[in-house]
Amino acid sequence: MGDERKIRILVAKPGLDGHDRGAKVIASAFRDAGFEVVYTGLHQTPEMIVSAAIQEDVDVVAMSVLSGAHMTLFPRVKALLDELGADHILLTGGGIIPEDDVAELELEGIGRLFGPGTSTSDAIAYVKEWFSTTDEA
Amino acid sequence: MKSKRPVPEHQVLLQGFLEGSVLGLARAISVVENERDGFQDLLHTVMTSGPQTKRVGFTGPPGAGKSSIVAAVATAYRGLEEHLGIVAVDPTSPYSGGALLGDRIRMNDIATDPGIFIRSMATRGSLGGLATSTKEVVDLMDSFGFDRVLVETVGVGQTELEVTAAADTVVVVLVPESGDAIQAMKAGLMEVADIFVVNKADRPGAPRLVKELRQALHLRAGRELRDIPAHHGVDLGKAMKRERMSDASEQEVEGWAVPVLTTNALTGEGVDKLLETIEAHRRWLVESGELGELRRARSGIRIRDVVDREMRRIAWNSERVNGLLTQGVEEISSGRGTPYSAADNILRALLQDRA
Ligand SMILES: Nc1nc2c(ncn2[C@@H]2O[C@H](COP(=O)(O)OP(=O)(O)O)[C@@H](O)[C@H]2O)c(=O)[nH]1
Ligand SMILES: [Mg+2]
Repeated sequence: MGDERKIRILVAKPGLDGHDRGAKVIASAFRDAGFEVVYTGLHQTPEMIVSAAIQEDVDVVAMSVLSGAHMTLFPRVKALLDELGADHILLTGGGIIPEDDVAELELEGIGRLFGPGTSTSDAIAYVKEWFSTTDEA
Repeated sequence: MKSKRPVPEHQVLLQGFLEGSVLGLARAISVVENERDGFQDLLHTVMTSGPQTKRVGFTGPPGAGKSSIVAAVATAYRGLEEHLGIVAVDPTSPYSGGALLGDRIRMNDIATDPGIFIRSMATRGSLGGLATSTKEVVDLMDSFGFDRVLVETVGVGQTELEVTAAADTVVVVLVPESGDAIQAMKAGLMEVADIFVVNKADRPGAPRLVKELRQALHLRAGRELRDIPAHHGVDLGKAMKRERMSDASEQEVEGWAVPVLTTNALTGEGVDKLLETIEAHRRWLVESGELGELRRARSGIRIRDVVDREMRRIAWNSERVNGLLTQGVEEISSGRGTPYSAADNILRALLQDRA
């Protein structure tokens, strides 16, 4: 069809913390980079995130986790995705996550995680690169 | 479009789709939305039993509360144990080609209900592609077996009028802030609405908007009676509500008088009445025979859409046509041709190729 397929990404904000400025900044940055961004708002449970990811048939889920609960949230979402046959979806994200934890999560099959200082363009470049090597449908 | 059988790589998702798997439906929608190879065959394979589902469209300006109302209405239908598909369309940014699809923000209460499937779509702009693929996605949901499909339009410009051709019942959602009844008339909403909802009934100005809308509808109803067409048949124009209404007034069953309701989508006030009214419209569609007419008109539009898209695809994928295009450009610049002579050559070539 000539033009490339749009990449669909779910930007998700799990947990109980009460603001989503960071998630909105990320969502807008991906939109401006030509992505179709599904944004679902605050207080998402892992079940809500996975259900939205599957129905929307996104390529990528990006979670913004600032609450410190990353060691439970990322593995939980990954496990649910795998369980429901959606292991083709890249799970990535960012937040205040110590180096050691990043390494451990990567071992569990979770994609690159971005710390507080990183620019959104790094995340965008990473997702584009990942997509270009995996696209099938 | 030759084989009419799904291409092998779609077999797995097709099987999932037919077994009622959510993953299968989700993937099928992407194949259709992205116009992947063989998407027409996929649609052809699943659309075997004709339209079954009840289709309700929600349109109106951005911020009027369409998503909130869809969520409230969906909750109420779940109480009646209906299975629901929801399609929500948001605009593609003309600058980046990206889109921020935010309708689910209002639908979090129903997000994990296994009886509800929500899909967000971007308009993806160009060439009327929006209408075609939105209608195709609704067809997929219909074939998947939902009792009802709710379609939320973007709410800006021309597209929403097109998307309403995907619905049996069109609910137009307005709010006091969105302007007066005159603006609604100018936007063509009088022709499109089966039901008006003035949402945010908690805001000042709601009663006045209700009154204005009723007056405007009353004026239109008077005019309609003088406009009864002399004869009728299966006519594509029937997808436009105005003609359908005047047509129905010829028959035994009385025409549909467009009601104006009020809701507060946040508290759920007025939602039961909206459900009742949607049911009443459904009964009217069935009893008056309008539903059959509407579906036939819609089929006509769908056929035309598919042919238009195929013709474009065939034309602009053809080397010969692209050669003639270049040649035409040269002829125009040297004063030996016009866009019409060039187009004529192209059409001749296409028809010969196909003959
Ligand atoms: N006060 C009030 N606010 C409402 C009502 N319905 C929706 N809203 C708010 O209006 C805003 C836009 O609603 P949304 O459903 O996203 O509108 P859409 O753009 O038409 O889909 C949101 O902040 C809603 O919470 C209502 O009945 N009353
Ligand atoms: Mg909306």
